[in-house]
Amino acid sequence: MRLTLKIWRQADQQSQGAMHTYEVDGISEDMSFLEMLDVLNEELNAKGEEPIAFDSDCREGICGMCGLMVNGEAHGPEVTTTCQLHMRSFTDGETITIEPWRSSAFPVLKDLCVDRSAFDRIIQQGGYISVNTGSAPEAHSIQVPKEAADRAFDVATCIGCGACVAACPNGSASLFMGAKITHLGELPQGQAERDIRVVNMVGQHDAEGFGGCTNIGECTAACPKGIPLDVISQMNKDLRTAMRHGL
Amino acid sequence: MTDMPDTTLTSDPSHESPIGDHSDDAAGYYTLGSPLADTKAPGGPIDERWDTRKFEARLVNPANRRKLSVIIVGTGLAGASAAATLGEAGYQVKSFCYQDSPRRAHSIAAQGGINAAKNYKEDGDSVHRLFYDTVKGGDYRSRESNVYRLAEVSTNIIDQCVAQGVPFAREYGGLLDNRSFGGVQVSRTFYARGQTGQQLLIGAYQAMERQVAAGTVTQFTRHEMLELIVVDGKARGIVARDMVTGDIETHLADVVVLASGGYGNVFYLSTNAMGCNVTASWRAHRKGAYMANPCYTQIHPTCIPVSGSHQSKLTLMSESLRNDGRIWVPKNKADCTKDPREIPEEDRDYYLERIYPSFGNLVPRDIASRAAKYQCDDGRGVGPEVDGVRRGVYLDFADAIKRLGREAVEEKYGNLFDMYARITGEDPYAVPMRIYPAVHYVMGGVWVDYDLQSTIPGLFVTGEANFSDHGANRLGASALMQGLADGYFVLPHTIRDYLADGPFEKVPEDHPAVVEARDAVTKRIEHFMTVNGTRSVDSYHRELGNIMWEYCGMERTEDGLRKAIDLIRSLRDDFYRNVKVLGTADSLNQSLEKAGRVADFFELGELMCIDALNRRESCGGHFRAESQTEDGEALRHDDHFAYVAAWEFAGDGEPPVLHKEDLTYTAIEMKQRSYK
Repeated sequence: MRLTLKIWRQADQQSQGAMHTYEVDGISEDMSFLEMLDVLNEELNAKGEEPIAFDSDCREGICGMCGLMVNGEAHGPEVTTTCQLHMRSFTDGETITIEPWRSSAFPVLKDLCVDRSAFDRIIQQGGYISVNTGSAPEAHSIQVPKEAADRAFDVATCIGCGACVAACPNGSASLFMGAKITHLGELPQGQAERDIRVVNMVGQHDAEGFGGCTNIGECTAACPKGIPLDVISQMNKDLRTAMRHGL
Repeated sequence: MTDMPDTTLTSDPSHESPIGDHSDDAAGYYTLGSPLADTKAPGGPIDERWDTRKFEARLVNPANRRKLSVIIVGTGLAGASAAATLGEAGYQVKSFCYQDSPRRAHSIAAQGGINAAKNYKEDGDSVHRLFYDTVKGGDYRSRESNVYRLAEVSTNIIDQCVAQGVPFAREYGGLLDNRSFGGVQVSRTFYARGQTGQQLLIGAYQAMERQVAAGTVTQFTRHEMLELIVVDGKARGIVARDMVTGDIETHLADVVVLASGGYGNVFYLSTNAMGCNVTASWRAHRKGAYMANPCYTQIHPTCIPVSGSHQSKLTLMSESLRNDGRIWVPKNKADCTKDPREIPEEDRDYYLERIYPSFGNLVPRDIASRAAKYQCDDGRGVGPEVDGVRRGVYLDFADAIKRLGREAVEEKYGNLFDMYARITGEDPYAVPMRIYPAVHYVMGGVWVDYDLQSTIPGLFVTGEANFSDHGANRLGASALMQGLADGYFVLPHTIRDYLADGPFEKVPEDHPAVVEARDAVTKRIEHFMTVNGTRSVDSYHRELGNIMWEYCGMERTEDGLRKAIDLIRSLRDDFYRNVKVLGTADSLNQSLEKAGRVADFFELGELMCIDALNRRESCGGHFRAESQTEDGEALRHDDHFAYVAAWEFAGDGEPPVLHKEDLTYTAIEMKQRSYK
């Protein structure tokens, strides 16, 4: 198949970026979207034009490193990561627009690569259970009802890709935070720090410049792991509880 | 996940059979050095050695710990767990990863589970049995003291992870669930659906981030280690490139830990992440760290086949699929392009069931992989033709769907079927899946002693980057166990014995060794930026991968390996003269990053071939065509090769030096595997 690609190019964080148009031919529908970009990059390299920088690592949908706005949708038309999007989702002759994640909290580093270190800083503010190595009790001394364990797992599958932020008109990271707060809040091990966790994480979220949640739901629609919207309600509930407790 | 049959064990006298004039295939490619010994493992009964070592390892006073600094390269299970634990202890830790966040390291992609000798199922499991299974699974090419310790600390890992909130699968009573997994008869595998690696890594990552907040760990993301700094014979730091700005940075410390993962990407196509590379290990190797058993590669049989020359990576599907799927190829070459559903039963060759009637589709990974290769070499492979050969075999669930019903199959394998459908665009409920083996893990790595210290004092190596625990073959659900054992429970004890010699003299930034390391990095980068040749880095990497896969893959021969060494050498020369790296060195430049990695893969690839050429026996993941039984099964030669091959770098263009560490077993008897 033959495609026209409109791709955001930006030299570095300080420079002004712009959309550039490229043509690629001979794309097979079995290629992944990123392999299609590999083909383009090989051609650019041969022509003496610098290849387009984009992030990817595992290319099996679990590391969360890849992430592009494809035709204005985070990770493109399928509900999956960009690396698991295949060219059979497009048609011959189509024009595809490719941009980096859209969010002021994720500054563009170059072309399609963005800086998502804000997510690490949010986790640093309480996205964990404080237990030093070696101080853990015997695993079976903690019973977790299967329902709670399953729920914790479902929301713990978040890959931290940032699609929720990119899809949100407010640029909110509430789904990302809600997922972590719900994961740890479902488990008995996570109760001791439940109040302080939500207060500190929300504080960091706001300091990073992410927007507030207005229940639009674009985040959950774009989430490649299907994190449900109600984790945000859970987060807000935990926050209210913490405030009632005087935090 | 898979309930793989246990291996029948027989004492086989053929192991003592001489290998005649062929005992030194690699003559001319190497020189023989002095024997090597692991001086740190205490003697005495095997179950007391780790306690003894922990007691003998000197302590560091808490007040002194904050004056001591540790560099850790890599943030997978082995690196993140070590960073968290050493940070908690109070050391000053600097953590490096090439990804944009520590949470992305490739441990995250492990699916199946993590072994631990908890014996929660009361099915006869024990530390000793886990030890035994692991040594046996490794085809008697691992070090018994290390493996015993691994089995011992396995139970602590589960306790730690549960306390961190890792959402392991649970039963209705609220207690942890277990399943069985390849090559063993007990259920000792803890799992979090098909995403165990992800959940364990997130646990270690969160523990590490907690230490970042506490100020004991400083993290450097999008940073790549490009050189090791060795001062007065001791590892004292690294030179790293900031991958965003291109700045070349010097980071000095009292001790350096490499937790930088495996080198499966030397094959270009593998189940590793795109960025996985050998550079950290290889730079250390060139500075004096020995590489051990580099030829031991694990090739996993149930991966999605290559669909075309554009392929950038391969995807693994859990081997549990072999529990219910039947593997076959057409009997007649003419049928290979037909719709498989139209090929009648009598024209199908269920070759594993035919050759291995008692184990059938559940033979171990190496055997299943090799058998698939033979069918495709024979022209009976299926799927798209890539470079003139169809490399795929059918994995058929039609019988299982008939027997169990579609719903039951969906319940068991639904997520794998979905993944397959997404990648191939085919519906595996209607058409048989196509599978082919792919490089998945490397058992070889940097040589370490019982303390996980390399031959460079002050350089410790953990996880897949070291060689120590899996011998010639790794059992399923053991990689996660080893990574976390090393990082949480082993390294923190052994490293303190080294650090107890501190405080160490500060190394000035203008020390000749530091300047030399920085200059070497700058010169290499300058070279790549100025060659201005005609070929892309990827095209060289792909070609190198083809050579490795063809001659140093599932089956290796003396002639093939010699040929591969020549091919690699000439391709490497061409690479240095003709590679084309555009852009600038002082900005984010992915071609430049890859150029450095591929340059090191060339040197590693050659050493792997020399190691494979030297080891004229078949063991675990290493199969030499010259060393097989009459039935075509792997044949070890314990009388010649019961040793760890540790290779010393002797200089560019010089043959490497082979140091042999003899493997002796006091707690287990060496036996032959048989699967018929």
